[in-house]
Amino acid sequence: MDISLMATSLPKLLSAAVVTLKLLSLALFFGLIIGLVFAILRINKNPIINKFAYGYSYVFRGTPLLVQIFIIYFGLGQIEYFRTTFLWVIFKEPYWCAIIAFALNTGAYTSEILRSAFETIKPGIIEAGKSLGISNNIIFYKIQIPVAIRQSLPAYGNEIILMMKGTSLASTVTLMDITGVAKYIISTTFKPIEVFIVAGGIYLFMTFLIHNLIKYLERKYSF
Amino acid sequence: MELLSFGNTGWGDELFIATLMTIAVSITAILIGFFFALIFTPLKLSNNKFLNFIANSYTTVIRGVPELLVIYLFFFGGSGAIMYVASIFGYYEYIEINAFITGSLAIGIISGAYSTEVFRGAIQSVDRGQFEACKALGFKKHIYFLKVIMPQMLRLAIPNLSNVWQITLKDTSLISVTGLVEIMRQSYVAAGSTRDPLFFYSVAALIYLMLTFLSMKLINRLELNYSRGF
Repeated sequence: MDISLMATSLPKLLSAAVVTLKLLSLALFFGLIIGLVFAILRINKNPIINKFAYGYSYVFRGTPLLVQIFIIYFGLGQIEYFRTTFLWVIFKEPYWCAIIAFALNTGAYTSEILRSAFETIKPGIIEAGKSLGISNNIIFYKIQIPVAIRQSLPAYGNEIILMMKGTSLASTVTLMDITGVAKYIISTTFKPIEVFIVAGGIYLFMTFLIHNLIKYLERKYSF
Repeated sequence: MELLSFGNTGWGDELFIATLMTIAVSITAILIGFFFALIFTPLKLSNNKFLNFIANSYTTVIRGVPELLVIYLFFFGGSGAIMYVASIFGYYEYIEINAFITGSLAIGIISGAYSTEVFRGAIQSVDRGQFEACKALGFKKHIYFLKVIMPQMLRLAIPNLSNVWQITLKDTSLISVTGLVEIMRQSYVAAGSTRDPLFFYSVAALIYLMLTFLSMKLINRLELNYSRGF
């Protein structure tokens, strides 16, 4: 055990944790929007819209996140036309490519979580709204969405933790997040166990915080 | 399409072999995972606080730490650990472990943590009356476990195990960082030498999709088989 290495690598890894947290929060933010949109498309009666949303979530859940990042980061830059559009400003940065890949990935999982939450809402709640003469739109936004969010909290908490672990893949496209820095320290010092303990400890601490935050929210919004 | 032809000019045969490698690693890893689950599930369910603590630490740490970090630990630490053990026995030569073994072991340990949770959940949701009935009939412990609890548990566990299989299959893509030539690594090499990453990574994505699709079909059939009578 090399305690001094652990002590010197801790501040480096902690500053890398900021990168991880940024990636995570941006990915979750966009992922939630994407997930909500696709969940609404999934419960649409139109079979084409429905199938499209299903196809999206199937493809992103059926392929590894690493492939998705590589397609977006290495693949898209290959299209000549694409490089002339304004989108190229975003897609040439590994940072944004990683966030887009993470958001699309977590969006697919989130859409499934929200869809099953929408489907398990007791019809009585919606009927109660209708019998009170509330319009369909307001029932959807003020009743169905909040109830669905409450019901999907436990599953969504798991998804947040999975996404947090997923952000480690950002290190494969040159970003220096916790895993990236850990790999760098390991490959320069050849002391994998010490670095693993420190980096793993930071990840575990983040898992612990997320877990408790979700528990707190669950209690707060329980009915 | 020419890029995917078999033989010297295309990457078809290489990708096919890489696919077989992915399947081999996934199966080895999930079996290693089952082996770990077999050890840790009883520890999780035992009444001994210390054994509980060990099993809980295993599942919590593995499920809270990114897979990639675990793979780096095994990749960089694996041969060091083996050499350390070997040095106790007086063997000081450099030992390099094969990437297949390191990779399957790392993914297997990760998949084991998920399997442990699945088995624990499944055993706990078998009706308590079944345990009591077995005790009342005076069955020996291993017999009642194998003949009564196990079949009921498997029915409950299979849907969740199919999730674990999907996770394991997708996690094997991360082993590519260690240089094991599976789908991801082969696509990386092909993309590098043909300068056509979009095409090869899309092919890789399609292969993974096909693998998950086919394995889902297979598992659904298994599920039907174990749900007979319910």
